[in-house]
Amino acid sequence: MKKLKILVLAKQVPDTRNVGKDAMKADGTVNRGALPAIYNPDDLCALEMALEAKDQLGDAEVYVITMGPTRAAEIIRESIYRGADQGFLLTDRKFAGSDTLATSYAISKAVEKINPDLIFCGLQAIDGDTAQVGPQTAEKLHFPQITYAEELVDINNSKIVIKRRLERGVETVISPLPVLVTVHGSATPCRARNAKRVMQYKYARTVTELQEETRDYTDLFNDRPYLKIEEWSVDMIDANDAFLGLTGSPTKVKNIDNVVLAQKENKVLTSKDADVEELMLDLLKSRVIG
Amino acid sequence: MKNVFVYCEVTEEKTIADVSLELLSKGRKLAEQLGVQLEALVFTDVAGNTLKTIQNFGVDVIHVAEHKELFPYRTLPHFRLVQSIFENEKPEIALFGATSVGRDLAPRVASVLRCGLTADCTSLEIGDHVDNKTGQEFKNLLYQIRPAFGGNIIATIINPNTRPQMATVREGVMKLEEAPIKKQAVIKTINVATLLKPEDLVVEILDRHIEAQKVNLKASGIIVAGGYGVGSKENFKLLSDLAAVLGGEVGATRAAVDAGYAEHERQIGQTGVTVRPKLYIACGISGAVQHRAGMDQSAKIISINTDPDAPINAIADYAVTGDLQEVLPKMIAYYKKHSK
Repeated sequence: MKKLKILVLAKQVPDTRNVGKDAMKADGTVNRGALPAIYNPDDLCALEMALEAKDQLGDAEVYVITMGPTRAAEIIRESIYRGADQGFLLTDRKFAGSDTLATSYAISKAVEKINPDLIFCGLQAIDGDTAQVGPQTAEKLHFPQITYAEELVDINNSKIVIKRRLERGVETVISPLPVLVTVHGSATPCRARNAKRVMQYKYARTVTELQEETRDYTDLFNDRPYLKIEEWSVDMIDANDAFLGLTGSPTKVKNIDNVVLAQKENKVLTSKDADVEELMLDLLKSRVIG
Repeated sequence: MKNVFVYCEVTEEKTIADVSLELLSKGRKLAEQLGVQLEALVFTDVAGNTLKTIQNFGVDVIHVAEHKELFPYRTLPHFRLVQSIFENEKPEIALFGATSVGRDLAPRVASVLRCGLTADCTSLEIGDHVDNKTGQEFKNLLYQIRPAFGGNIIATIINPNTRPQMATVREGVMKLEEAPIKKQAVIKTINVATLLKPEDLVVEILDRHIEAQKVNLKASGIIVAGGYGVGSKENFKLLSDLAAVLGGEVGATRAAVDAGYAEHERQIGQTGVTVRPKLYIACGISGAVQHRAGMDQSAKIISINTDPDAPINAIADYAVTGDLQEVLPKMIAYYKKHSK
């Protein structure tokens, strides 16, 4: 039987859910440096579904690819600690400024090189919430797509059955392989790191990371070639520059406005009985309630 | 050519989804401003009364596709039809609801047409643009406005060079407004059988469990909403109690939904539903832009928060600084005693 190749598309994102006061500058802009970089939550669910698929199939390879700066290799190591077999970092200055269309083009070119049978990715990333890269990558690859996946019901070497979470219920669909599946945040949370794998892979590095290390890893890497995280540039995925970065992005940011709240004239109250009574009396009088 | 297109979603009950009717309302205004026509797409098994509904929104052309493979919605057959119509008709603007259908379909269409798409817009306007580098002028672009980067900024996105200019919009963001019928819409029937290919039908639906909509936040005049600051699912019960005595509904922020305090269908904000009640009681809500985008048009806003500097207080009519566990029971007790 053929060994299936399962690929997870993952993204390292600033943790926009916890934008504290320290992360906001005085002028109302965001200090990105103050935000921790995390594994996009939906992508972790996608990794779990990929690992479940491998468990069900018995024999399969789970690969992870991410596009981003050198530090994004952190989430590849994280994926490997949790059970992924191998990772790829897509990194190049030419990717900078890519919108979802340019991003999905770049990813699809890298995917063609890996040639997987099945792709999982998160429904959306918390820094943009667009949910566009999954379907756009599927289109570029001419793969069918299953979005909003909540549960892997069944899989074999030629078909996959997925339960989808919709606004008002669930829907179960079957698709032949290859297919791209986008995973909803309500799916099974990702399994924890495996201690043995952490020990085994804690020195996994990309080429660029190795160059930045003060310690010499040459012998270690000669000994354990599996520690090498593949790093791909634009040239290595045969991508056309015209479809990448700002040039390849049809959407342009015309302007950005910081959010400045115009203070409304308001009544400031406390939780004291008299204050709550005043509030309720106002509401009853003005017939807002009653 | 150069018209405004709205993809109309057909619901389980074989009606046109509210979000699509809202987009037709907005689409008509955009079309009038541009001096072009408004066209609607309806793909289902039997269109029936849906066409009559759409007529009431001042639509000039309705593209109708009727085929058993088109209901319930599946990505590839709908994708194939939209692609074909857009390639022939070359729309200026194309709008989709930001639902599990629109967010599945629109990106795939944008990809094949290589055009720009902006998700979850909170406002759409027509405006001009001058490219800073080239000095090139663009007239009458679609400004796609949305909060970005965790809601700390508001971005205006444009697609100067590609058409259609595509956007998705959440339910409730645009106002639903019927338009008097000036003339009958032209019905264009799509020959589905010749367009669909066997590979468009490879994904099959095995089973569906769709429930009737339980929560209708948009229709509720009073909303008691909770944020992450509510602290637990148990504490949310207090909000339900207050909502029950006032005759309102319970809403929640995304953080509260993500934390499991409230159901997803109660989510209010940019990635939830947009509401305009006469009274909005915000409990333990700090007031991120994405949340405010979904409620700032409420007639009266009460904020109950332990933090006197919570950003939401800036848009509140009443800012109560205090613990909701203390304040809500008092409100309930007072109301029970004094209401008629």
